[in-house]
Amino acid sequence: MAEATHIDVSYVAHLARIHLTEEETALFQGQLNQVLEYVEQLKELDVTGVEPTAHAMSLVNVLRADEPAPGLDHDTVVDNFPAVRDGQVVVPKIIDQS
Amino acid sequence: MKYEACIGLETHVMQKTQTKMFCGCKHEYGAKPNTNVCPVCLGYPGALPVMNARAIELCCKAGLLLGCGINPRSKWDRKNYFYPDMAKNYQITQADEPLCLGGQLTTEVAGETKTFTIERIHQEENAAKNTHISGASLVDYNRAGTALMEIVSNPCMHSSSDALAYMTALKQIMEYGGISDCDLEKGHMRSDVNVSVRPVGQKELGAKVEIKNMNSFGFIVEAIEYEIDRQIGVIENGGTIDQETRGYDTDRGETFSQRTKEDAHDYRYFPEPDLLPVEISAEQIEQWRSELPELPAQRRARYVSELGLPEYDAGVLTAEKAVSEFFDETCQKTKQYKLVSNYLMGKVASLVTEKEISIADSELTAETLAQVAELVAGGTISSSAANELIEVLFTEGGDPKAIVEEKGMAQVSDDSALEIWADEAIAGNPKAVEAYKAGNAASINALMGCVMKASRGKANPPAVIALLKKKLGA
Ligand SMILES: [Zn+2]
Repeated sequence: MAEATHIDVSYVAHLARIHLTEEETALFQGQLNQVLEYVEQLKELDVTGVEPTAHAMSLVNVLRADEPAPGLDHDTVVDNFPAVRDGQVVVPKIIDQS
Repeated sequence: MKYEACIGLETHVMQKTQTKMFCGCKHEYGAKPNTNVCPVCLGYPGALPVMNARAIELCCKAGLLLGCGINPRSKWDRKNYFYPDMAKNYQITQADEPLCLGGQLTTEVAGETKTFTIERIHQEENAAKNTHISGASLVDYNRAGTALMEIVSNPCMHSSSDALAYMTALKQIMEYGGISDCDLEKGHMRSDVNVSVRPVGQKELGAKVEIKNMNSFGFIVEAIEYEIDRQIGVIENGGTIDQETRGYDTDRGETFSQRTKEDAHDYRYFPEPDLLPVEISAEQIEQWRSELPELPAQRRARYVSELGLPEYDAGVLTAEKAVSEFFDETCQKTKQYKLVSNYLMGKVASLVTEKEISIADSELTAETLAQVAELVAGGTISSSAANELIEVLFTEGGDPKAIVEEKGMAQVSDDSALEIWADEAIAGNPKAVEAYKAGNAASINALMGCVMKASRGKANPPAVIALLKKKLGA
């Protein structure tokens, strides 16, 4: 991470498909900046000799056998779809690439 | 100026597992839409993914088959994007610590042996299937979350023939290794193709264009050729190549720009908090290595060195796993390897094409084909009768010896039976007889042809020749 890490709140909100008002953008900008400041503080820790990890738990290899297990009943699933056609969820036309 | 193309392939291969990557839903082709689904693969809040051990094994075995190193420790990441085919709005994949690293694939391109290097193989999950209808799209989540691995080559290929040879060999290895069925129609193998060009001698790669999601080898070849020409054309006209994603229009045979907003590629990868890392011990790797099947290249070498087949035969027989397995099984029952090879490459192959039935679905068995080879080798039937017999066995099955008897296919080698036809031939062809006696050895073939015709192909050629020579006093 670069020293001057900055979160562009409107950009992130756009990526997350969240619509924010100007006031909200300003509010979250301030809060997120505080989070970043906190992370900056963590950098002061001496971590020489500490193995980097992507996970807080020391467990590994939580696996399951390749055996089918019952899932959800089709009708239950379809009931959760806002719009249905031929047993499939109807979504706004996915913009074609062309 | 001379240009060189650099081509890299990212090939997605659907693994042959019974269940999905992170849940126990069945992985099944052609099921009724949205019947193999659960809270995990539908991305319901609070659902926890659990790794499929078999998928991990298959991914590592694919790596071993391609000479990759298996990472002692690998982890999972989220690739975030919004698209209805990924219900939870992220795909679980492996960004910086994949299961397999490095590797290579050696194959032949137009008679030249080439080695293509592989950067990595990572495990991920498949997206759902979309169908576009007028004004809307439909989504079926049966495929969502099925095990998918991505094999990433280096940009080490330089022509469409390199790419075709690489894909063909890769498909063969995946099939032989039991990693995937590699059924292209079912989308088991799809590639993203990166193409760039640079002046010959330049070290840095040119700007790369990515052509996404293609499952036809033929279209990949066409798209690469079009793209190389297009890029050289742009540069020669003083333009520059934009790094971009392009689609391939199969009707027009052209690639076209798929202008997407820049942020579309901001996937904001971060470590997947719901999954723990995978650690693979050296013992586990050795265990998997010991279970690897014989690969096409090894099998070809064995056919040549142990069975004495020509290289050509070995190549044809191993092109499809099912054919080479049928060949191996047949060779357990007869030592007439070359005859069996001839029939599989000839009559059997043409029956498969003509009748559109695979060997496995035909009535022919390794046992009956072995018997045909023995009948020919023992002189009981001629080669042409063998082809007829194979056709009967392929379509109807049955006992080869009984069919030979019933249809009167046996060769006639007995002098007393051949004599009448030989005498007729000699009497009817005085010119040929004269020529032969005058020293033209080839003219005996004319007489031989008459005997074969008169016997309706049943006369045993070597026996006929011997008898004719005796009669002509040679
Ligand atoms: Zn599921």
